[in-house]
Amino acid sequence: MNQWIDYKALWEIVVIGLLAGAGLPAIFALGMRALAMPGKGHVRTSEHELVGGNRAGIAVAALCFLIVLGAIGYGIYIIVASGHK
Amino acid sequence: MGNDIVLALVIITGLAFDFTNGFHDTANAMATSIATKALNPKVAVGLSAALNLVGAFLSLSVAATIASGLVNTGLVTLTVVFAGLAGAIIWNLITWLFGIPSSSSHALIGGVIGAMLAAAGSHAVKWQGLVSKVIVPAVLSPFIAGLVATVGTYLVYRIARSMRAESRGAGFRIGQIGSASLVSLAHGTNDAQKTMGIITLALIANGTLATSATTPFWVVVVCAVTIAAGTYLGGWRVIRTLGKGLVEIESPQGFAAESSSAAIILLSTHFGYSLSTTQVATGSILGCGLGKRGAEVRWNVAGRMATAWVVTLPAAGAMGAISYWIANGIGGTAGVVVGLLLLIGVAGLIYARSRATTVNASNVNSEWEGSVKPSEPARLGRTA
Repeated sequence: MNQWIDYKALWEIVVIGLLAGAGLPAIFALGMRALAMPGKGHVRTSEHELVGGNRAGIAVAALCFLIVLGAIGYGIYIIVASGHK
Repeated sequence: MGNDIVLALVIITGLAFDFTNGFHDTANAMATSIATKALNPKVAVGLSAALNLVGAFLSLSVAATIASGLVNTGLVTLTVVFAGLAGAIIWNLITWLFGIPSSSSHALIGGVIGAMLAAAGSHAVKWQGLVSKVIVPAVLSPFIAGLVATVGTYLVYRIARSMRAESRGAGFRIGQIGSASLVSLAHGTNDAQKTMGIITLALIANGTLATSATTPFWVVVVCAVTIAAGTYLGGWRVIRTLGKGLVEIESPQGFAAESSSAAIILLSTHFGYSLSTTQVATGSILGCGLGKRGAEVRWNVAGRMATAWVVTLPAAGAMGAISYWIANGIGGTAGVVVGLLLLIGVAGLIYARSRATTVNASNVNSEWEGSVKPSEPARLGRTA
């Protein structure tokens, strides 16, 4: 650690920032895409509809959204746990 | 020692700053969601206010940096704190008038350091703390946020490119509500604490608290409520510049930009860096313009903002120093009272000027024609 720049903190911010700030949106996008996969015999009812009706797609989407929510919850927990020293 | 009347005036001035901090920074969290119509403007500011309130209670790392990491607490007087706050408020109001998303944090830090230099000279400033905890993060954070947002935007468009544009837009508007909420929460954890730190500093200067004391809980509560109230008022002028002026934003871009901002601000809070949430948000919005092929980034607007960032620390510092000379020249309680009256006068003048080009929820999204001045006049009363 340098006296003027804390390189360790800098790297952690860049790496965790990329994982959380770009990785989580990518997982969310994956979930959206899986959710929109068209299922058998599905009839589109609206241009804006999000759910395509594919069962496997819905399961993957649920997993993706759970990962995103879990990561956010964990992040907030860490900040609260360490922020009142 | 101590003067409770002056202390009360300083705390009021601190809360006034907290209020300007709230409305100046609503844009950081909500500008992109308002621009892509993921949220109705009024709902957006309400949600942001509520989450700022919650965020303010989550951490005290940044308050500690502000209270003890930047200036020699032993040399701080109440007049110094007052003058620093007055300088910060004036700079925040001027930049708000022009719709420039400048950093409230730097206004505050600049103001306090300017007043400190005027009062006691350069040995009273902890230069190393200033550089390592403020200047370096200030220079690096917009680039890191921009990088993260560029990568995020690229990935999101790549993954979602097979989706129909309509359902993609609808899906990411839902995502934006989540990501914008997180930025609001993050803003509460970082910015609300800055005023908490300053008020703690005032309490220490007055001898009410011991030098090593941490922020009392009542300070946390009043700061949280005040910044939430400021956020709810909504800094429509700055929202307009960030949401419409910089990049024309689609909902996946807004989503990626907000995710990047939230991640960077929360991480910095964790490390106790008093980050400029404004600069992070601006970096992210530029990044989301770079990450999507064919998106238009208005570099002239970005350049004007960057200029304002460089100027903010010294300008707020100069105003802090001038405020100190006025308040200290008159001296004692009377000096602070006169200073406060002058501050109210200046704020009133700036507000009067802003009425010529009112921006509010009704015209915040009107077409960008080169400046914050809206292309259609504000409708009063019934809005969006």
